[in-house]
Amino acid sequence: MPNRYICELITSNQLTDTAFAITVDCRELAAESRPGQFVHIKCGEERLLRRPISICRAEDSTLAFIFEVKGEGTRWLSECKPGDMLDILGPLGNGFALPESGNIIAVGGGIGVPPLLFAAKSLGDRVTALLGFRDSGKIMLKREFEEICAAVRVITDDKGYVTNLLEETLRNGGHDAVIACGPHAMLKAVAEICRRHGIPCQVSLEERMGCGIGACLVCACATRADGKDHMSRVCKDGPVFNAEKVVW
Amino acid sequence: MVDLRINFAGVEFKNPIVTASGTFGFGREYGEYYDLSKLGGICVKGLTATERLGNQPPRIAETPAGMLNSVGLQNPGVDAFIRDELPFLKSLDTVIIANISGNTVDEYAEMAEKLSDADGADMLEVNVSCPNVKAGGMQFGTTIEGVSSVTAAVRKHANLPVMVKLSPNVTDIAEIARAAEGEGADAISLINTLLAMRIDTQTRRPVLQNNMGGLSGPAVFPVAVRMVWQVASAVKIPVLGMGGVMDGDNAAEMMLAGASLVGIGTANIADPYVPLTVIDGLEEYLVRDNIAAAREIIGGVILN
Repeated sequence: MPNRYICELITSNQLTDTAFAITVDCRELAAESRPGQFVHIKCGEERLLRRPISICRAEDSTLAFIFEVKGEGTRWLSECKPGDMLDILGPLGNGFALPESGNIIAVGGGIGVPPLLFAAKSLGDRVTALLGFRDSGKIMLKREFEEICAAVRVITDDKGYVTNLLEETLRNGGHDAVIACGPHAMLKAVAEICRRHGIPCQVSLEERMGCGIGACLVCACATRADGKDHMSRVCKDGPVFNAEKVVW
Repeated sequence: MVDLRINFAGVEFKNPIVTASGTFGFGREYGEYYDLSKLGGICVKGLTATERLGNQPPRIAETPAGMLNSVGLQNPGVDAFIRDELPFLKSLDTVIIANISGNTVDEYAEMAEKLSDADGADMLEVNVSCPNVKAGGMQFGTTIEGVSSVTAAVRKHANLPVMVKLSPNVTDIAEIARAAEGEGADAISLINTLLAMRIDTQTRRPVLQNNMGGLSGPAVFPVAVRMVWQVASAVKIPVLGMGGVMDGDNAAEMMLAGASLVGIGTANIADPYVPLTVIDGLEEYLVRDNIAAAREIIGGVILN
């Protein structure tokens, strides 16, 4: 069950010019967390709203989160020091429905890459990771994926997109499902490619959030079910959706 | 032991703290965090005659000490609410307030009748103040004629206590409150959000997809206190005060201004446990000042 935890920050590292990795100590939260879920972190007393951040790793009593500094809240979080206490609500959202068997392609773009590491970790060598970044300075977690995945391919925007890699990988065959997290345009393209290849695809979406627990209805995402349009809640019904259900 | 009970428009509340409509869904989500029966009452998400999908995202933006929202009354419609949500709410040991919003006066009347016939709602909150919908909503709440016609229609078709939720986006809140009272409202609640806007200076686009939205949170608290005081001074019916209440001291302040009940809205979004800390904080305030019952501080402001 989700809960509010006051967790000690253990480490904080800058990964790229804008991305930071922090680890916190919380055995209960780590035990409850599943790949694809996120936490809602209070970023200082001055800011009313929490910041939703995906879970990159959860083992024993440690959780790792990787986030990009985009505004005041995430800047505050990036400046936290070991020993600081963080107010964390979680784990939230549904997470990926990871298949028991078969080969999975994990497609990540930019700051959408970290939650896929958590998924890859539980799938092991059944995963092929396709990771896209804007430029070489933004590349992160390559080594961590290489340690666990069957294959890892990294591409930067000057050379092409992860969607090119996905087309290639699917053409070669041998894969049963796709999981993806990244910018909306990338996810839309990934969903379209999977549809054409008849491969099931789960996408992890992002939207500006309020409560994070499904009550305030601000993080709406149009979905289609039973021949009807709905507004689903990214925080509670997602963040992971069956790509065919999303109204792109 | 402080007596926190409040009799409000004939309905018994175990304490003055009520979760505000639109920030609390139909209760289920917060029920995963604590026992909802600890609350004085729950105002459910605004209901409309038929399902509404709401506005396009982004629907939220943070602002200094507050936030904007432009949800646009996303809800499954009153019939689905009665069928799927009311039985659960009825099972809770707390007051259930159904919030209704119509495109037309007839829709308000129709919903009032349905909710009166259904078993489970203890009170109606008539929303004439939503800033995020094109038809209805605030359009009714900003004129005496609009508030009067909606209140009269609901009063005629409801056999539950009727509370009218007012918009702060008016020149004279007292005359609007008197209009509702004059048409038979049993109580007033205020404030809904303040119509607001932010623009991204880089893209030159409004940060909300709907361009405008409603401002809430601590930023609006002083406005809410002022309006609650003006309304409580102008009418004889009781007032539910809300707008930026974050802690027990804020709740006490709202009651001193004249509120009999206090709504918790945006604070739920910041932290799910706030209603419970507000109840505890209010009790501590009363104990500290050696006050036997919460109702004793209602309207207790000593004017200069």
